[in-house]
Amino acid sequence: MAERQAIIGSRVGLHARPAAIFAEAAAEAPVEVTIALEGEPAEDALDASSILSLMGLGAEYGTTVILRAEGEGAEEALDKLVKVLETDHDSE
Amino acid sequence: MSTQQVSYHGVGVSAGRVIGPVLRMPDPITAPADGAPLPEGSTADAEIERLAAATQSVAAALKARAATATGDAQAVLKATALMASDRTLLKSASKLVSGGTCAESAIWEAADAVATQLAALGGYMAERAGDVLDVRARIVAELRGVPAPGIPDSDVPFVLAAVDLAPADTATLDPAKVLALVTSDGGPQSHTAIIARSLGLPAIVAAAGTTALDDGMLVFADGISGTVTTNPGAEQEHLAATYANREPLPDFDGNGMLADGHLVPLLANVGSGTDAQAAAAAGAQGVGLLRTEFCFLGRDAEPTHQEQVAAYGAVFEAFAGKKVVVRTLDAGADKPLPFLTDTTEPNPALGVRGYRTDAASPGVLSRQLAAIAQAAGEHQAEVWTMAPMISTPAEAGAFAAMVAEAGLPTGGAMIEVPSAAVLAGGILSRCDFVSLGTNDLTQYTMAADRQLGAMAELNDPWQPAVLHLIKATSEGARSAGGKPVGVCGEAAADPALAVVLVGLGVNTLSMNKRALSPVAAVLRTVDLPAARRLAALALDADSASEARRLVRAELPELDRFGL
Repeated sequence: MAERQAIIGSRVGLHARPAAIFAEAAAEAPVEVTIALEGEPAEDALDASSILSLMGLGAEYGTTVILRAEGEGAEEALDKLVKVLETDHDSE
Repeated sequence: MSTQQVSYHGVGVSAGRVIGPVLRMPDPITAPADGAPLPEGSTADAEIERLAAATQSVAAALKARAATATGDAQAVLKATALMASDRTLLKSASKLVSGGTCAESAIWEAADAVATQLAALGGYMAERAGDVLDVRARIVAELRGVPAPGIPDSDVPFVLAAVDLAPADTATLDPAKVLALVTSDGGPQSHTAIIARSLGLPAIVAAAGTTALDDGMLVFADGISGTVTTNPGAEQEHLAATYANREPLPDFDGNGMLADGHLVPLLANVGSGTDAQAAAAAGAQGVGLLRTEFCFLGRDAEPTHQEQVAAYGAVFEAFAGKKVVVRTLDAGADKPLPFLTDTTEPNPALGVRGYRTDAASPGVLSRQLAAIAQAAGEHQAEVWTMAPMISTPAEAGAFAAMVAEAGLPTGGAMIEVPSAAVLAGGILSRCDFVSLGTNDLTQYTMAADRQLGAMAELNDPWQPAVLHLIKATSEGARSAGGKPVGVCGEAAADPALAVVLVGLGVNTLSMNKRALSPVAAVLRTVDLPAARRLAALALDADSASEARRLVRAELPELDRFGL
């Protein structure tokens, strides 16, 4: 099981636009990726490609989240996704 | 297909003449029954497949729209497309289907849970709950095989036909795609009318029978005469082409006058400091109506003295050295205020509203006058103060005394009640000026509710009886030594009617800032004797539509500018 921490970099939090960008990126990953707030049990983690789950997470700017994935390419996929989360998409 | 023409008559609330295909505003999606069972003969698996296919096709349609959109609209469409194909949403709905619920009820319930969760997060997320409900309605429409709710999407510009439009519908209205608005309901003050004027789209409201217009039918929509005609022929094509080739209106140069140099100052109706700045930038020669309700509406308690001073001051600041006519609080009827008006009145339009609230709840008005006086003292605007809903000379006198007591130099009365127009001379011998509120004056003269679509024909400021009362008002002003008469209703924003008003003896016209340039351009084409002649034509007409037709026929410049 690969696991990464990421800190939300979008000033507005994981809201509609940043969530859409991240959900699309997660859907393109070759493995299934889950997302959870730091400190929450792994079995409560949500589907990272679901925009509604991401928005329901209520992750604000600076919130730490945990990404998890299993299987071939998991490490590379998570590295990529951490970058997406830590970018401030609202400044683009 | 029949080539016979059918014409529907309504009220033209925004000028313009276009020909285009109709698209109807779909009916809103109704909620499916709670936990309705699987359709007869279907299996859970087949139903899940049907649901998945529906979500995919809704997502694909939204994605396709996103591809042609730009900026914020594109981002929103992209996000909603992702919501439609969201795996978590589909999973929770599928679970319900496996339990024996049909696809419509399952997606309805599953999306409801998501929306509730987002709403609980508050703020920005709570606003997105609406997006989830919109996506849900689209999926259910797809499952039912009916058009998606909301403004229809089309590659070809179209004439939007609806019963009436809600604020939420008009927010997504793309003026590049919609050629004109036609509604079977609504009136000149409806939301449809307001949005059409602000977008500059031709619009016809209260056109009974237009519910018969169907998708794809070609129609001629005439926002000037208020008609919609099917199967347009050569005559309508000519009218639409003339409109399309209209001359652009010159910007208002800040100097309203007739062709012979007779001055008609053009002022703006404003409702806030921001509004006032925009009106000043558009060339308004002052403010003819400052609606002070903006400071009061939506509140449980009266605003403080300081809050009021700041709010009025923001408007005075934008018009230093110019006239600003402040209307004291006009609460009641369609603008109830919990601390001032009684909402249980059986007929609020004829109840305690406007100036009348001072007798029922004394204090609010004198405190407002004190705030206006202080703000006036802190700024350079020439502040005039008037009360709404004055019905007798005695009321005008009492109000003028309150104004003087507050230390304000100029006090006046609105003429909205027919009794005030009839006794304008007496009113003006007790105060300094009057301003005609033609919207209410029309409603009270014609006994026709302004909010009722079915009363639209009577509720028209072109009604000769209303024009006679305006004439009586200016004659009263003359008998009282030539005191000023203004108009601050929608009537002043109609360029043809503006000419008539000047001909009836009105001195100043106040309107929304977008009307300044068309009204100024048309006034510049007539001299005072011509305006008086046109006013006489309108006074003698036997209906509002005849008055309008007779006057418009004498103003060829209207066509030149497409008004």
